[in-house]
Amino acid sequence: MMGSLAIIWAIGRKDLLLEIRNKDVVVAVAGFALLVLVIFTFAIDLNQGNAKLVGPGVLWAGIAFAGVTGLNRAFALEVEGSTLEALMLAPISRDLIYLGKALGNFLFIAVAQIIVIPVFAVLFNLVVFRWEMLAIALLTTLGFSAVGTLFAAMSVRVRAREVMLPLLFLPVVTPLLMAAVESTSHMVNGRSWSDMAQWLQLAVAFDVAFIVVSAFIFQHILED
Amino acid sequence: MVSQTTQLAVKAEAVVKNFGETAVLRGLDLELPTGEVTVLLGTNGAGKSTLLRILAMLTQIDSGSISMHGVDIAQNGPVVRALTGSVLHSPMLYADMTVRENLLFFAEMYRLQNVDDLISSTTVQVGIEQRIDDRVRTLSHGFQKRVALARALMHDPQLLLLDEPESGLDSRSVEQLDRIIENYKSMGRSVVMTTHIVEHALEIADRAVVLNNGTVGLNSTNPAADKTEILAAYSSKANDQ
Repeated sequence: MMGSLAIIWAIGRKDLLLEIRNKDVVVAVAGFALLVLVIFTFAIDLNQGNAKLVGPGVLWAGIAFAGVTGLNRAFALEVEGSTLEALMLAPISRDLIYLGKALGNFLFIAVAQIIVIPVFAVLFNLVVFRWEMLAIALLTTLGFSAVGTLFAAMSVRVRAREVMLPLLFLPVVTPLLMAAVESTSHMVNGRSWSDMAQWLQLAVAFDVAFIVVSAFIFQHILED
Repeated sequence: MVSQTTQLAVKAEAVVKNFGETAVLRGLDLELPTGEVTVLLGTNGAGKSTLLRILAMLTQIDSGSISMHGVDIAQNGPVVRALTGSVLHSPMLYADMTVRENLLFFAEMYRLQNVDDLISSTTVQVGIEQRIDDRVRTLSHGFQKRVALARALMHDPQLLLLDEPESGLDSRSVEQLDRIIENYKSMGRSVVMTTHIVEHALEIADRAVVLNNGTVGLNSTNPAADKTEILAAYSSKANDQ
C-alpha cells in the first residue's frame, strides 16, 4: 500500500515539477477562468442580488471550460515525448499511472483555483473564504481530475483532441457542475451545511464512482 | 516466479498481430535461449519493432502466446516488465528534467534501493556522468539515447530490448554500446536488438533472426559463419519491397 502511494505521489510530484518549470497548465487554466469572470462582470449588472444569483454558475463554468484546456495539455506532454510509454514499461499497474496523473491534474486545477477564487470574490463582491467553499472546491476538483484524466488519455491520440476532450468531458461532469453550483449558491446565500448536504453527497458519490471506474478503464485504453 | 533454471529468455508461439487490415506478425514462432545476443533483421515493415514492442509489453498481441523466463506475459504484466529493460526508437525522457531527475524518477517507478549509488554507477557505465545535472533538452540525440540506456539498465533486467540502439551514436559510443552488450551477456543476461547496420550486428550477435512477412524466415545460431546466407536473405527481402 505504501509502495503504491509512493508511486502515485512520485508521478504527481514529477508533473508538478515540470509544471513549475513550464507553467503551461496553471497559466492556461487560471488565465482562461479569469477571462470568463472579467467578461461576465462587464456583461451583467453585478448588484448583490445578481452576483449571488449568477456568480456561482459563472465561477464553475469558467473553471470547467478552463480545466479542459489544462487537461489537454497535461497529457499531450506525456505523449509528445513518448514518456507515457516509459511509464508503461515500468513494473507498476496501470491504475497507479492513472492515479498519479489524476493527482497531478488535481494539483494544477487546485492551484489555478487558488488564483481564480479570490479574484471571483473581489469581482462579484461575495464572501467565499469559508470551509464550505474549501469542501466544494476540493470535491469538484477531484471529480474534474478523475474524469478529465481518463478522457484526456482517451483523446490524446486523436487528431482533433482539442475538440474531442470537451465533447467527452463536459457532458459527463454536468452532475458535478450542478452540485458545485448549487452548493456554492447555498453558501453565498448564507445557508447551512445541512442545506447543501445533498449536493455535497452527490459530489462525493460522483468522485468515488469515477475514480474507481476510471482507474479500471484506464489500463485498457493505454494498450495498442 | 522467475525460474533461474528456465533456459528460454523468450518463447513465442503462433503470435499474430494486426494493425487494422495490415497483418504485421502472422503466426510467429520463436525461441531465444538465455545468455544470448539476438539480432532481429528485416526490411522496414518486417515486424521487428512491433515484436520488440510486444516483448516490452507496449503492444498487445491478437492471438498466440509469449513467455519470458517461463512467465506468461499476458498474465503477469508487472513481473515481466521488471525482467526487461527497453530502449526503443524515442529516448522517452522528460526533456525539462535533468538526467539525474529522470533517473531518480524512473528508479522510483521500479522501486529500486540505493538509488544514488545506482545512478552514479550506471551513468559512468554509459558515459554520461559529466552531464548528469544537465536538462535532457540540452543533450544531443546520442546523449539522450545513452540516458535511455542508463534507465533501461538501472534495474538490472534479465532481458535487454534495443531498437536500433546505434542510431544517433558516434563510432566511439557504438563501441561503448558493444562493450555494454558484451558485459551484459557475460553476466548470463540476454539481449534482443534490431538494427539496419547488418554487418556490425552479425559480429556481436550469437543469433540472427531474419523476419520475413511476419514470420521467422531464417534463424541462424552462428551469424558470423552464416553471414552470406543472412545477407542474401536480408537483401532478397529488401529487393522484394
